[in-house]
Amino acid sequence: MADFDLDSADGRREALRRMVTIRAFDEEAGERFADGEIPGFVHLYIGEEAVGVGTCASLEPDDYIASTHRGHGHCIAKGLDPKYMMAELYGKAEGYCNGKGGSMHIADVDEGMLGANGIVGAGPPLATGAALTIDYRDRDQVAVGFLGDGAVAQGQIHEAINLAATWDLPAIFVVENNRYGEGTPVEKQHNVDNLSDTAQAYDIPGVTVDGMDVTAVAEAVAEARERARAGDGPTLVEAQTYRYRGHYEGDEEPYRDESEIERWKDRDAIESFRDRLIERGELTDDEFADLRSAVESTIDDAVEYAKAADPPEPSAAYEDMFADRPPELDRFAATARPDGGANGGDRR
Amino acid sequence: MTAQTEAELGLETETMTVREAIRQALREELERDEDVYVMGEDVGLFGGVLEVTSGLLEEFGEERIRDTPISEAGFMGAATGAAATGTRPVVELMFSDFAGVSMEQIMNQMAKMRYMFGGKADMPVTVRTTEGGGMGAASQHSGTVHSWIAHFPGLKAVVPGTPASAKGLTKAAIRSNDPVFVFENKMIYEQSGEVPTDEEFTVPLGEAAVEREGEDVTVVATQRLVGESLGAAETLEGEVSVEVIDPRSLYPLDVDTIVESVEKTGRLVVADESPLSYGTHAEIVARVQEDAFFSLDAPIQRVGTPDTHIPFSPHLEEEVLPGDDDVRAAIQRIA
Ligand SMILES: Cc1ncc(C[n+]2csc(CCOP(=O)(O)OP(=O)(O)O)c2C)c(N)n1
Repeated sequence: MADFDLDSADGRREALRRMVTIRAFDEEAGERFADGEIPGFVHLYIGEEAVGVGTCASLEPDDYIASTHRGHGHCIAKGLDPKYMMAELYGKAEGYCNGKGGSMHIADVDEGMLGANGIVGAGPPLATGAALTIDYRDRDQVAVGFLGDGAVAQGQIHEAINLAATWDLPAIFVVENNRYGEGTPVEKQHNVDNLSDTAQAYDIPGVTVDGMDVTAVAEAVAEARERARAGDGPTLVEAQTYRYRGHYEGDEEPYRDESEIERWKDRDAIESFRDRLIERGELTDDEFADLRSAVESTIDDAVEYAKAADPPEPSAAYEDMFADRPPELDRFAATARPDGGANGGDRR
Repeated sequence: MTAQTEAELGLETETMTVREAIRQALREELERDEDVYVMGEDVGLFGGVLEVTSGLLEEFGEERIRDTPISEAGFMGAATGAAATGTRPVVELMFSDFAGVSMEQIMNQMAKMRYMFGGKADMPVTVRTTEGGGMGAASQHSGTVHSWIAHFPGLKAVVPGTPASAKGLTKAAIRSNDPVFVFENKMIYEQSGEVPTDEEFTVPLGEAAVEREGEDVTVVATQRLVGESLGAAETLEGEVSVEVIDPRSLYPLDVDTIVESVEKTGRLVVADESPLSYGTHAEIVARVQEDAFFSLDAPIQRVGTPDTHIPFSPHLEEEVLPGDDDVRAAIQRIA
C-alpha cells in the first residue's frame, strides 16, 4: 500500500496535508530567498501541488522518482523531511546533500528520490535507468520521471521514453504542463494540442488529465503503475496545471498577465480538494485550520533547524567525489588550501 | 623483457589478443556478479562492431547482453540511473567520437550525482569505448578523447596498452563503485600477449606498469604507443637504454612510478595518441615538474597528434598519427 491512499479518508487528509506543506514550504522558501538568506536559484512549485501529490499517492514508498529543477514539491510529496530540505536550501551540512546540492538538486536515493535536476530533460533517462534496475532484478516497483512542458522538446526525453518503451520497462513519465517553459508559452514550443499525443510515437498510452485535481492525477498514475507492473511498459501522463509564481523567484513575468493567473487560481488544487473533503463530511473548517497551523509550525521548525544547523566544514568540499578516493584529491586539495601543501615544489 | 607489477607476477598465463582479453574480462565478471550486464548498440546479435562482445549473447542471453536503440543520451542516462539504483551496467559506446551525443548524461549526471547528493549514490557504471586512428575511418570514427574524460572531475579513465592490462583494467572498472571509462585503442585489438588466467586478477586503477627497464630515458606511453615505444626502445638497444612505463590509468594517475623512473633517468618522453594541446601529455609533464623538477637533465618531449583531426587518406593519416619513429626521434633528441 502507498503510504497514503486516496481511497481512504486518512489518505485523503494526508494528501491535503502534503499539498498544504508544499505550498507553505515554497512560500517560506520564496520569502527567505527574497531576504537573501538562500543562495542560488529557487524555482517554486506553488500551484502545481496536485501533480506531485497525486502521483506519489499512487506510488509505494520504495518506488523511484526522478525530478526536475522545480523539485521541492516532488520531495515533499514523496515524503522527504522539510527540515533537511530547508537545511539543504541554506547550504548546511545537515541538508539532504550535505550542502552540496541546494534547491535544484535535493536527493535521497534511499528514499527513492533520484534528485531534482538542474538540467531540463535529464531526469527521465535516470528514471528509465531505475526502471531498468527494477526490471533486471524482477522487483515489484516502478520509476517515475517528471518533466515540464518545455522539457518535452528535449532530445534525451525522446530517447529515454523510447528506450523504456522498447524494453517494456516499468517507467511512468509525468509531464507537468504548467503552460510555460521559462517565459515561452507551450503553444510556441510544440505543435501538438496535447503533449500526451507524443506517446503515439512510442506506441504507449498517453493520457491528459486535469493537473489541478489530485484524484485525477492519482487515478492516471495508478493505472500507469498497474500497466508498468504487468510488464506492459511505460505510460505518458500529461497533467495540465499552472505555476502561480514566476519561473524563478525574482522573475518579473513580462510574458503573462495577472488575469490569467487569477483564472487558474479560481481552480486552486488545494482549495478545491479541501472543499470536496468538507462536502463529504471528512473534514471541518476547524480541522483544516488545525492542519494548516500544524503545517506552518512544521515549516517554522524547518527554518529554525536550517538556520541553527552547522555549515559544512571546508574540507567537505573534497569529499564524496568517488567511492574510492584517488590520490589527486589529496594532492590538489592540499595545494588549494591557504597553508599550501606538500606539492608546491620538487620532492627534494 | 617485461617487468610487470607484483599482482601479475607468478600468475599462470595464456596467450591471447586484447580483444579476447576484454571479452574474457566481461565473461568472468558476468559470471561472477549477477548485477553485471552489458548494454550498447549491436553488442548482442551483431557481437559488437569491433567484435569484442561476440558470442556473449549466446552464453548469457538477452537479459544480460542488451541491444539498445541508437540513442547514446538515452542509454548513457539509463545506465546512470541503473547504476545509482544498484545494478552494474557495462556500456559499450561504439566509437568514442560519439561521446558528445551523450555528454550531458556523462558530465552532469554520472559524474556529479555522488558529489551533489552528498555521497548518497554509488555509480558503478563502466563505459567501454574505442579510440584511435589507423583504419582509414576518417575523423568522426578515429578520435582519441580520453583527455576530456580524465579531465572531468568525478570520472575515472583507463587506457590499456597490453592484453594483460586490458583484462585487468576492465575487471577493475566493472568492480569499481565509481564511473570508469575504458578507452580501447582499436588498432591493438589484434595484438597478443600473455594474460593471467586467474579470475581474481585485476589491475588496480591508478597503478602503472614498468613494461621495460632502462637507465637513460623514461618513456611514458599509452595504448598503441606502448608497443610502438617498446619497439623503439628495442631498436635503440646498445645506443640508449630506455625505460618504458605504461600508466594504464590516467585518472587516477600513478605519479610515483613515473617520478621514480625520472629520478633515475633524468629524461622523459610522453607518448599518447591524443592531441598535444592541453591534454594528457601536459598533465603528466606538470606532475613530473612538480615532483621531480631538479631530477630533469633535458627538456621533456611530447609525442602525440599535432592538434589535427584524423584525416581519411592513408597518406595523411600516416602523417599525423604518432608512431615508433616519432618516439625514437624524441628519445634521440634528448638522449
Ligand atoms: C538543458 C537546459 N537548457 C536550459 C536550461 C534553462 N532552463 C531552466 S528551467 C527552463 C524551463 C523549463 O521549462 P519546463 O520544462 O516547462 O519546466 P517548468 O519550469 O515549466 O517547470 C529552462 C529553459 C536548463 N536548466 N537546462
